[in-house]
Amino acid sequence: MATLFGINLFALSGQLLVGLINGSFYALLSLGLAIIFGLLKIINFAQGAMYMLGAFLAWMALQYFGVNYWLALVLVPLAVGGIAILIERFLVRPIAKEDHLYSLLLTFGLALILQGLFTQLYGSSGLAYQIPAELKGGTKLPFMYLPNYRAWIIIASLVVCATTWWVIEKTKLGAYLRAGTENPQLMQGFGINVPLITTLTFGFGVALAGFAGVLAAPVYSVSPEMGSNILIVVFAIVVIGGMGSIGGAILTGLMMGVVEGLTKFFYPEASSTVIFLVMVIVLLIKPAGLFGKEA
Amino acid sequence: MKVNKLYLSLFGLSLLAPLVLYPVFLMKVLCFALFACAFNLLLGFVGLLSFGHAIFLGTGGYITGSLMLNTGITPELGILAGTVAAGLLGAVYGKLAVKREGIYFAMVTLALAQLAFFFYLQAPFTGGEDGLQGVPRGMLFGLVDLSDNMVMYYFVLAIFIFGFWLIHRTIHSPFGQILKAIRENEPRAVSLGYNVNDYKWVAFIISSALAGLAGSTKTLVFQLASLTDVHWHMSGEVVLMTLLGGMGTIFGPVVGAAVVVTIQNYLSGGELGNYISIIMGAIFIVCVLAFRSGIVGEFQKMVKKNF
Repeated sequence: MATLFGINLFALSGQLLVGLINGSFYALLSLGLAIIFGLLKIINFAQGAMYMLGAFLAWMALQYFGVNYWLALVLVPLAVGGIAILIERFLVRPIAKEDHLYSLLLTFGLALILQGLFTQLYGSSGLAYQIPAELKGGTKLPFMYLPNYRAWIIIASLVVCATTWWVIEKTKLGAYLRAGTENPQLMQGFGINVPLITTLTFGFGVALAGFAGVLAAPVYSVSPEMGSNILIVVFAIVVIGGMGSIGGAILTGLMMGVVEGLTKFFYPEASSTVIFLVMVIVLLIKPAGLFGKEA
Repeated sequence: MKVNKLYLSLFGLSLLAPLVLYPVFLMKVLCFALFACAFNLLLGFVGLLSFGHAIFLGTGGYITGSLMLNTGITPELGILAGTVAAGLLGAVYGKLAVKREGIYFAMVTLALAQLAFFFYLQAPFTGGEDGLQGVPRGMLFGLVDLSDNMVMYYFVLAIFIFGFWLIHRTIHSPFGQILKAIRENEPRAVSLGYNVNDYKWVAFIISSALAGLAGSTKTLVFQLASLTDVHWHMSGEVVLMTLLGGMGTIFGPVVGAAVVVTIQNYLSGGELGNYISIIMGAIFIVCVLAFRSGIVGEFQKMVKKNF
């Protein structure tokens, strides 16, 4: 057994891996929240429910239509994004000019309905989704055993997060997006269809949650509560990172996953609260968050 | 004068109500109405959406519950202890939360509440998943036996009236005027020289202490305290009560609480029990889209327009 200073390296790296995987989901979800918040100034309380919806749609697609994992990985985010576009167009836009708290309450209502609906349809016990055949098995590293599917989660979410960051920060499309948040009237004047961009961005931000849901289906059991539990953690992560930056959302998400994993190894009792504790400390020192701009 | 007549007739009605309706149901309504009124003090009159207010309800409940179970203190002292504990927690949380505004404030309060939720889940004195059961109601001032539902009802009514009066006084005091000024135009309140964060903080403490009072009372009524009271679903429920009744109105939360508790009581027994969260979600959406002033708010608008 490999030990260092009396620490079991196998167990430690195992918890670190779990932390990185959780962190990947946190990063995808808080990235989606950050994009939506950046453009619409909406906290999408239904983000967790959409993550749950993504996992359920993947499960349902396999169960009822025999759609395999890889196809679901493409189709489900599109479907979830499509639903989000309808939600933006018909529910969120009418109240976009009101106090932003109303949109938070509206999306909260949506989350309640979705969660209630799936509890009603499938019960709250949770369903299993098989790991796709191509990603079964694992690799034996000198200090740990790395299941292929878990490595895939980390790689896939990192690629998606990095691409999103690159598009928003480095491309012309991203420049339009950022300009649209700064000064929508001016962008309208340049002939840019800002409402369309807004709707598509909302759709994309929610589609990220759907994507995370499909990734999560084989590792966690697919259950109606999976979204509400992760959502509050993601909110805390958003407060820690500060809503100002896209990169901040991704980095903080991954970081907090690792912090949680380390806590699970050294002091398991605190593992479910450590992120909230970090939030309190960050609030005391830097109220705008680690990557946020001072208001 | 007109208002005083309204208050008097409502008071008369609430004295007679348990002769017609089941007292335990009425007590439940009163406890949640007090909770919603306390919450509305923040949302309706300062413009702060606290999304973690259940934690103060639950803190009051747990402290009162474990004191009543494990020490021989009288119920009024038990309730006082629960209220003070919730107020103290509110002082700490409020200090942290008022550093951020708007949506951030909502997220910070939610996350702080979740921190306490995990604490209560693991702490030895809360009974974990089982909660505290069989909490005795005790003898009020060592003299009056509260185990009788009618006696308990009038005790709860007295507590509710005290809480309601305190909120009423707060809103109509110079302090309350400053709170409203902060809600309407915070930068102006700052430029007038008010330390806005301190005012918000004090309002937060009052609100959390009163939420704790509601929770302590509720624990005595039902003789149990459980994780349901500290779960963030409960925080959502109180937002719904306030929104449905009419935020920023003095009676709105009372009406909202009565409606929500009635719906839940009515549905939970029958076929539709599983649909409660779907129905609550739908009410949320309808309120936000079409019905933003709530029942009392819309009623006031109608009265203003037609009379």
